[in-house]
Amino acid sequence: MSEITEADVRDEVRRYLEDNWDPNRGLVEWRVMLAESGWGMPHWPKAWYGRGLPLGMTSVVDEVFAEFGAVGVAKMGIRVLAAATILEHGTDAHKKKYLRGILTGEETWCQLFSEPGSGSDLAGAATRADLKDGKWIINGQKVWTTSAHHAHFGLLLARTDWDAVKHKGLSYFILDMHQPGVDVHQLKQMNGHASFNQVFITDAVIEPEGQVGELGEGWKVATTTLMNERRGADSARKYDSASTLPERIYAEERAEIATVMAPYTWYPQRTGRVDLLVERAKALGKYDDPATRQEIAKVLTLAKSAEWTARRARAASAAGKPQGPEGSIGKLAASIVARAANQAHTKIAGPDAMLTGDDDGTGGVVAEILVSTPAISIAGGTDEIQRNIISERILKMPKEMRTDTDRPFRDVPRNQV
Amino acid sequence: MQFSFSEEQEEFRSMLRRFLEAKSPPSAVRAQMATDQGYDEAVWKSLAGELGVTALHIPEDFGGAGFGVSELAIAAEEMGRALLCAPFFASTVMAATAIMHAGSDDQKRALLPDIASGEVIATLAAAEPGAGWDRDQILMQADEAGDGYMLTGSKSYVLDGMTASRLVIAANAPNGRLALFTTSADARGITRTPLKSMDPTRKLARIDFGNVPVELLGTVAHGVEAYAQTMDVMLVCLANEMNGGAERLREDALEYVSMRMQFGRSIASFQTTKHKAADMLLDVELAKAAGYSAASALDDQDADARAIASMAKAAASDAYIQTAVHAVQMHGGIGFTFDNDTHLWFKRAKQSDVFLGDANQQRERMMQHWGAGA
Repeated sequence: MSEITEADVRDEVRRYLEDNWDPNRGLVEWRVMLAESGWGMPHWPKAWYGRGLPLGMTSVVDEVFAEFGAVGVAKMGIRVLAAATILEHGTDAHKKKYLRGILTGEETWCQLFSEPGSGSDLAGAATRADLKDGKWIINGQKVWTTSAHHAHFGLLLARTDWDAVKHKGLSYFILDMHQPGVDVHQLKQMNGHASFNQVFITDAVIEPEGQVGELGEGWKVATTTLMNERRGADSARKYDSASTLPERIYAEERAEIATVMAPYTWYPQRTGRVDLLVERAKALGKYDDPATRQEIAKVLTLAKSAEWTARRARAASAAGKPQGPEGSIGKLAASIVARAANQAHTKIAGPDAMLTGDDDGTGGVVAEILVSTPAISIAGGTDEIQRNIISERILKMPKEMRTDTDRPFRDVPRNQV
Repeated sequence: MQFSFSEEQEEFRSMLRRFLEAKSPPSAVRAQMATDQGYDEAVWKSLAGELGVTALHIPEDFGGAGFGVSELAIAAEEMGRALLCAPFFASTVMAATAIMHAGSDDQKRALLPDIASGEVIATLAAAEPGAGWDRDQILMQADEAGDGYMLTGSKSYVLDGMTASRLVIAANAPNGRLALFTTSADARGITRTPLKSMDPTRKLARIDFGNVPVELLGTVAHGVEAYAQTMDVMLVCLANEMNGGAERLREDALEYVSMRMQFGRSIASFQTTKHKAADMLLDVELAKAAGYSAASALDDQDADARAIASMAKAAASDAYIQTAVHAVQMHGGIGFTFDNDTHLWFKRAKQSDVFLGDANQQRERMMQHWGAGA
């Protein structure tokens, strides 16, 4: 057999699930079996919990799992980024130590990149890693860290060389979060939720084996993590609804999903919920008001055009055509849509827009929209950064003059936190 | 129309600003917004007693200081800037103005001095659940009962409705004409329920009336005009209050970007930041010009004053919302956190945007009255 076909894969997965799938098993017990079999991550190497199949075959495997209603390995949250980074840059010792706990879901991860002083300027990280008596001693502050409060491990970007230029002085580490020098505080947002954390790191210790990639190559390793984060944004969506079947394994999976998704319940509201505009206008008798109709029509025009632009980008990429500007303008368009939708919802709600919680007439959904949309133009790359990307990378306009990348990092002006 | 403030007016503004900087810093705002009452009684006593702001525009004959809407608007602007938590807007701007415009001299003598001294907190209940402040949206009916009237029905979004001890209510007289009525807030048949306000610095209540005897303010014949005149003053004061908040947000955002470094330089040195800051100045200054001119037009009894009052509120709504959105953006992620103060003003901007009618409704009201006096 020179090349494996789709039909072969389908048969093989079916046989495996017929022999082994049992929804009355425990979630971890099943995932240990899956990890050992390689069917949990079929595109991973055979040596490391995979079957070495081409990436394209994973959708075939997913389809058969869906037929059986079979639960997969843990794929939600930062652990996916940790796995991708470790597979690409980690040593065999890293893979042996971490991959299995990632797949079974027993170990949770977080990403320690952003800092109070380095947001848009992520490579400006100033958390220190100093080698003392053969161990890395970590000091600094990280922020916007989802799941840090229950994570076992953190993917850490820290500065190991202050005389090197900005991007060359960073190294990448795995930080054990359960140690005295790591202090996690929840960060409350203006919409009342606390989806993120601040992590204060004081003389935390990392053994030399905790370094991932070469010294000074931390930015390169972080790029792998970030690229997977971007890729994962789309595929993560299918996990937000769990099976409602009664067997033990589904109940355990539901509990896991609930925990991981808890910080994100307001995420739909930050988009502005364009889907609710027409129904709300009708319900509140504003649908025939000419001024309100104009507002709604403008938002719908923007939102539909943005949606179709995204679909054009996906269609082009599926057809193997080079990507046009469509792919890069989506995030900026989303900000504009969210802002306009916020205003339209305000106009539709009228005086009820002053109320929140049970009193706003929608169980707090509209009130949450009104105080959540500002997030979308900041998180994951501000509008300003998006405009720079569009103008410099797509329109090929001259880049901003940089004065921070040509000198030792210790000489680069920065905020003292 | 007056295009600059007098020395006395400037002095009054400086004095009030110093007072509010001392008494209403963000820490005090946060402390008060977390309480049910929503204001600090000691600060309220000083505002009323030492500064006399509760008496500003109330005529001297009725225990007031006899100033005009321009002075009232200065006070509102400074309070909006400081995000003061106090019943000033409900009691002095709303209720006292309504009584001044609708009441008989006897009623003014009976009711205004206690509001002017700050001893009585009053409010105006006009809007009804799910509806706004337009005369046409007020459906509550007042029934004749002996020599007086009786109210049944619900009012909502009543500013400081839980803490006020006196209510002024807009309702329809038996002949269908809008009139203003008053009663003590603890009269039998009144049920007050606190509402969950998105802007916790502004406390709102729903007030249900079940056969509550009320006193007609002045005459039924004058009710419509009294309500419209009251609305003019409320809109102008709200517009100036909003402009004060917008200016504060603008200044705070500018200060933040000036100290924030990214990519080895101040983010204020990026042209996109400078242009945004310039646009924000333009938005706020234009809205302030409309707000000040609207106050002056009311004091001058300008023929277009009603239209200009609505124009000022519409301009303030747009400017405050735009400034608040930019201010959060300029702070970046930290601007979206609860610990940063920006959201306190952002929520006030959202609340004020719809309070007394949104920008679209004000533009409509403006166009209905524009040139009406010509």
